[in-house]
Amino acid sequence: MTNTTENKPAASDAKPGFVGGAANYLDERLSVAGVLKGFGRKVFPDHWSFMLGEVALYSFVILVLSGTFLTFFYQPSMAHVYYDGSYAPLKGAHMSIAYASSLDISFDIRGGLLMRQVHHWAALLFVAAAGLHMLRVFFTGAFRKPRELNWVVGFLLFVMGMAAGFTGYSLPDDLLSGNGLRIIDGMIKGIPLIGPAVSSGFFGGEFPGTEVVARLYSLHIMIVPALIIVLIGVHLMMVVIHKHTHYSGPGRTDDNVVGYPLAPVYVAKAGGFFFLVFGVIAAISATFTINPIWNYGPYDPSPVSAGTQPDWYIGWLDGALRLAPSGWDISVFGYVIPMGVMVPLVVSLVFLALVAAYPFIENWVTKDKREHHVLDRPRNNPTRTAIGAAGVTFYGVLWAGASTDLIATNFQMSLNQVLVAMQILLIIGPVIAYWVTKRACLSLQRKDREMVLHGRETGRIVRLPHGEFIEVHEPVDEYELWKLVDYKNYEPILARPDANGKISLGNRLRSAVSRLYFEDRIAPVSKAEYELAHADHAPEPVAAKPKKKAIKA
Amino acid sequence: MEKQLKSAKPMRRRPWAAGLVVFLGLILSGGGYAAATNVVVSEFGSPEQVEEGRKLFLANCASCHGTNGEGAIGGPSLIGVGAASVDFQVGTGRMPGQGSGPQLYKKPVQFTEEQISAMAAYVASLAPGPAIPDEEYLRGDGDPSHGGELFRINCAMCHNAVGAGGALTEGKFAPGLAGVTPKHTYEAMVTGPQNMPVFNDANLTPEDKKDIITYLMYIEENDSVGGFELGSIGPVAEGLFTWIFGLGFIIAITVWLGAKSN
Amino acid sequence: MSEIEKSYSPGLAKDIEKPIKDPGIEPHRVRMTDKSEKHARTAEKQIAAMFGLSVVGAIIAVWGFFAFPIIDGDLSATRNNALWMGLGMALSMLGIGFGAVHWAKTLMPDNEVSEMRHQARSSDETRAQAIEIVKLADGESGFTRRKLIRRTMYGAIAFFPIPAIVIFGDLGPVVGDTLRQTMWKAGTRLAKDPTGIPIKASEVTIGSVFHVIPEGLSELEHHLLEEKAKAAVLLVRVNPSDLNEDPAKADWSYQGIVAYSKICTHVGCPVALYEQHTHHLLCPCHQSTFDLANHCEVVFGPASRPLPQLPIAVDAEGYLIAQSDFLDPVGPSFWDMRK
Repeated sequence: MTNTTENKPAASDAKPGFVGGAANYLDERLSVAGVLKGFGRKVFPDHWSFMLGEVALYSFVILVLSGTFLTFFYQPSMAHVYYDGSYAPLKGAHMSIAYASSLDISFDIRGGLLMRQVHHWAALLFVAAAGLHMLRVFFTGAFRKPRELNWVVGFLLFVMGMAAGFTGYSLPDDLLSGNGLRIIDGMIKGIPLIGPAVSSGFFGGEFPGTEVVARLYSLHIMIVPALIIVLIGVHLMMVVIHKHTHYSGPGRTDDNVVGYPLAPVYVAKAGGFFFLVFGVIAAISATFTINPIWNYGPYDPSPVSAGTQPDWYIGWLDGALRLAPSGWDISVFGYVIPMGVMVPLVVSLVFLALVAAYPFIENWVTKDKREHHVLDRPRNNPTRTAIGAAGVTFYGVLWAGASTDLIATNFQMSLNQVLVAMQILLIIGPVIAYWVTKRACLSLQRKDREMVLHGRETGRIVRLPHGEFIEVHEPVDEYELWKLVDYKNYEPILARPDANGKISLGNRLRSAVSRLYFEDRIAPVSKAEYELAHADHAPEPVAAKPKKKAIKA
Repeated sequence: MEKQLKSAKPMRRRPWAAGLVVFLGLILSGGGYAAATNVVVSEFGSPEQVEEGRKLFLANCASCHGTNGEGAIGGPSLIGVGAASVDFQVGTGRMPGQGSGPQLYKKPVQFTEEQISAMAAYVASLAPGPAIPDEEYLRGDGDPSHGGELFRINCAMCHNAVGAGGALTEGKFAPGLAGVTPKHTYEAMVTGPQNMPVFNDANLTPEDKKDIITYLMYIEENDSVGGFELGSIGPVAEGLFTWIFGLGFIIAITVWLGAKSN
Repeated sequence: MSEIEKSYSPGLAKDIEKPIKDPGIEPHRVRMTDKSEKHARTAEKQIAAMFGLSVVGAIIAVWGFFAFPIIDGDLSATRNNALWMGLGMALSMLGIGFGAVHWAKTLMPDNEVSEMRHQARSSDETRAQAIEIVKLADGESGFTRRKLIRRTMYGAIAFFPIPAIVIFGDLGPVVGDTLRQTMWKAGTRLAKDPTGIPIKASEVTIGSVFHVIPEGLSELEHHLLEEKAKAAVLLVRVNPSDLNEDPAKADWSYQGIVAYSKICTHVGCPVALYEQHTHHLLCPCHQSTFDLANHCEVVFGPASRPLPQLPIAVDAEGYLIAQSDFLDPVGPSFWDMRK
């Protein structure tokens, strides 16, 4: 063996500082230097719309932190007690231990109410941010290859978020969430064949039973968070492998990612953003009441409060139940299928399935096998954007349908008329939204095209010597120009007969859908068109960006 | 010469004298009239009060409710509705009824306390019915816990768990209970105005009603421990707040965060 | 077209030659803090101030914990505790957040840089090597070759999870007849919810609504809520001339007093809203509306079955009693409810 003292590098002769020593210790065991080398200067693009996923992630972290506090004080037992805490209007009331412990957290444990409110506000924000993030991903086409699987993971995360929320707000066993559980039980019972058995299995017997809160607790603090954490891990790992997408622009291609390095810029920005999200949630939780369980009282199958709605992310399902048509049971050989339950259930599942499957539908239509890392501006894929608008409208009407009674009281309308209006809107709303959005996108594309060919309208009117009035157009600079022409152009396909002279149904369908997608299109300006438009005046766009101040004056 | 003029002065009237005379005359005649016709009600249901009430009834109510309260096209029979109904309906401004629609709304009260008492006495004289409640049930010294339990079973389904109000069918509604006096609350329970059911004393005893009133007073007097209540209408308001203000503010932060600094 | 895009089929995409070439990343716009040391130091002070405020916030939060001990009956202590701890925490978080972000925006370089991507698809050599490894593993194990091993293995793997599913069989008891039976029996008195005091027919005046439970329910030691969840009843008196009864059920009411199940036949919420004049029962959850004067037929909303009627009579002392249990299942419809 060689004499190791002679091979020691000179630097280690001097005593290392704490950080140096710690880094050395870890690197000798975990190869951390390699990690730092690989990730330290990783580039992330900078756009506010890319932070929505982070809002969801940070909200989840806050949920875990505040939730951990709550687990030390909450007791998931449905055994009954008489309340003896400090809230006078419930003194002596008969309630479950779960409800009593939730009241204790709210009134008799310092910081308890704050943590409960942080937990619940963060939960609402988690799902809202995840939903908005999904919309951003959809409308910019970030789900295209290679990210189709990540879309599915994200979809599962959204559904898990709903599950976490539902199991969570049912834990205090209050009147509002208890009625929500009753509704779920009613829906389960209505499922053909297995309904009553599944209901008995879920509740450990008849509703409400003595088991369900503890089972929801296990789901809420262990199973669902574990799934969420695993899915987040997979989700982020794929972002690392694929790198983040970026909007089109000068210097941005499908081969690179343009932005700032992780260290130090993103460590500061994204790290700081965690504290900002936490701070906003804390500020809201300190000042606004959420889920005042003391007002609702303990769960009992007899009372109910006017304005019984679930948390917002379950609202669309409640709305589906309300909007279902009346008096509709189907009898099959004497067996009953309650359509008032099954139709909302099936419609919701079909909607979710379509959302999950969308990237694969687009893949089937375009058969574009290339990787896409430059995002679409929504206007540059009018049909996708219009489909998204229709989907959002459908979801939104169902969501609004959950608050028909509140709309009626607040706007002094008839409950029945509000409901019928929403039933109609559910059908025609998406159609109108599709049509309006598609036309709007195409118009915006035309406007962009005008800008490329003829420049920006400056509003300066000039009279030419021969008497003609013209508006002076200012050509866009090359950076702006690049953004306006850098998008993909797709054309519909004609159904072609195969070797046997037959056109299969699949081909016919694909041709029809491709026409739906791409028949009405505004192609990006080609070199030839551009040169033609600029042939009669200055051949090149201004190389440097013109001073913005001159235009704004 | 000046003395003569001076002696003429006492005969000359001051310019404001005429005004003073008129003023005094008005005071004396008006005050005298008021004193002569003022009915001081010392006892509820006295004949004077009932007669006063009858006159008011004929002038303001008979066109819809019939000259003897027997009912007419515009309004139902008031025979047997009791003083409590009148005190509630007129005292909250719902009556005299105005306009067509699924339900009467609270409006500015058009009569004084005395006039309302008079009309109530008159209607009570038509037939026995629920009386104006005793002061002992209106002080709010009952059991708010028992009251809350009863409220949730009997009232919350229409009025919401803390009395924020709720929807009924076809444009009708159960109004919010904030600002409603204990007396009117009691009377509403015992008379069942419009589509509200009747909670007679066998269903909710006077003690029960006292407890419910105590609960409502507690809710109204105590702000929520969590902070601003967003109308106490539950998750819908909370969801809207999250999307508009929560996400809105956070997105404003993200736009700032992503924007290039100067 | 980028390198990444070249190797794949573009499908329906038709690329068009762009008017100009990619001009490359925009030139960096110099910030005040880049140009001027004074501005940089001002930014530094601002950042430090934010971090300082954060410390103040943390101290306020700790103070909030100790300054408001919980006092029984005094809600303001609870309120203040939540408010000051919350605001303190908010300040401490926002201070760090704004400080860090401001630091990044003003003092850290904001030159945009470019990093190359790699196609997700592995190179052909890597793929070939991967295929070789798979073939080797297959050859060495004999997986493809040895059909008997493979097929029995599939069988074993298919069967081993089954006990893991079956073991959950005791999650709940077999349903049996529980969905068709409630606590109501012949002779059970109708009692007020929650006290359990029985109700006399004479107490139920026109326009009244009583929330009813079977007598004895409130004394139950076990399964109180489970029984209540099926047995809750609404008791109403209407003018007999307004009541439009099914002739077969004419003796189920008493002088205009009728009793109906309170559990909605849609998905089980309490149908508790009674409109005195219209005789409509409204469920607040999904707005199913039942016409009480017309044997609780559904007149609006997603429910499909009328509310089951409880046949009532009056006993010797004038108390209202049930004649029997409900004849129809209470609550939401289920698959075999007619069996």
